[in-house]
Amino acid sequence: MKKIFYIFLKDFSSELRTRYALNALVMFIIVAVSIILFSIGSEKAPENIFAGMFWVVVFFSAMSGLSRTFVSEEERGTTLILSLIAHPTSILLGKFLFNLVLIFFINTVIAVLYYTVFSDFVIRNFEMFVYAFILGNIGIAGSSTIIAAIISKANAKGTLYPVLSFPILLPLILMLIEITKFSVEGISLNEATAEFLVLISYDIIMITASIMVFEIIWRD
Amino acid sequence: MIKISLEVQNLKKLFSRRLIFKELDFSLNQSQSLIIAGKNGSGKSTLIKIIAGVLSHSGGNIRYIKEGKEIDKEKIFNFIGLVSPYLILYDEFTAKENLELFARIRGLKIETDLIDNLLNEIGLYDRRNDLLRTFSSGMKQRMKYASSILHNPLVLLIDEPTSNLDLLGKEFVQNLIQRYRKEKIVIVATNDREDYSFGDSVINLDDYK
Ligand SMILES: Nc1ncnc2c1ncn2[C@@H]1O[C@H](COP(=O)(O)OP(=O)(O)OP(=O)(O)O)[C@@H](O)[C@H]1O
Ligand SMILES: [Mg+2]
Repeated sequence: MKKIFYIFLKDFSSELRTRYALNALVMFIIVAVSIILFSIGSEKAPENIFAGMFWVVVFFSAMSGLSRTFVSEEERGTTLILSLIAHPTSILLGKFLFNLVLIFFINTVIAVLYYTVFSDFVIRNFEMFVYAFILGNIGIAGSSTIIAAIISKANAKGTLYPVLSFPILLPLILMLIEITKFSVEGISLNEATAEFLVLISYDIIMITASIMVFEIIWRD
Repeated sequence: MIKISLEVQNLKKLFSRRLIFKELDFSLNQSQSLIIAGKNGSGKSTLIKIIAGVLSHSGGNIRYIKEGKEIDKEKIFNFIGLVSPYLILYDEFTAKENLELFARIRGLKIETDLIDNLLNEIGLYDRRNDLLRTFSSGMKQRMKYASSILHNPLVLLIDEPTSNLDLLGKEFVQNLIQRYRKEKIVIVATNDREDYSFGDSVINLDDYK
């Protein structure tokens, strides 16, 4: 357990020093939200649109930022030292933890920005939104981590990421958009049980499948 | 002394369809050392990586046995120290931070002066707080030695032992290998005949094509 935390800590302090992912992400968020803002202008957009666009921004920032974890090790040639000091599962979980913190951070920034910029984006069932937010972030971090591991071993790193992440993340994003709409409409938690069960199963399946697959990808 | 042995049977490696080596057999116990020789591109580094457990092989068997029990593939990294040209440490951390990081991730109990002593031994104590990015290639090579012996491994694998090192560095390597070969497995891949004295026996990969 401690080892996982130290791998996370390594990535965290490395990110603070190199700003490999963070700078690009913050720029991306600002640009994306501004574009939405300008394109809506003074018109009145339907509430539901905001739920969809919120997760679109999250999806694309996850794609641009979270793939860095394994790719940066592979590009700098430090994959070897990492595999010499830690068990594959610790590596995967350490990287997952890092991505989780990163996605929570950027997602909170997006949410706050969204809330202040779009006065029409009103969440009536806040509790439901928070649950979706948490489960969604776990799912995004989990799938992004294993996709990053797969593409770090491939030759066409840049193009492969969106191609792979689209089908893997699509069901998750659709479900999140659905639940966010519910929370905007103010529907009660009980009525969204089915959607939440899907979210929870997605997270569990993603993480267990990642652990099983990772050892095979890691040693080539 | 901890009993450890390495058994390599009928080992074969292909890269796509290119044969690198085949029918490789040897076994080593603690206090035995081996030189891997062969011309450029003969597969010395490839073999070192396979022995280190970071690269898969295409046929045959490779096993580590510690105190009569086979070591699980996933746990081999705990017992191995590797020095090689393609080993790259973390540029954005200082010398000391790199070693502390490795010790923590390995789950070693860090005695306060273990890392300082190690830095002293490789002659980089004065530069311990400098980023690795600012190190020369010889200094980086010394850091690789520190990272490879930090956890006191049972098997020491060294690819091109003295590359980039000055006289003092070479002396350090000689002493280190003399110390390790007494009670551990030491494997050295080299093109340099001078390095042959590091091993009890020599395998030439040109003979396994
Ligand atoms: N990842 C790889 N994919 C395909 N071929 C590879 C790969 N790595 C090495 N090879 C090939 O394997 C052969 C052996 O390479 P290796 O680096 O093991 O040689 P070496 O004996 O260490 O050479 P040197 O003396 O130059 O260090 C070479 O022909 C090389 O082209
Ligand atoms: Mg070589």
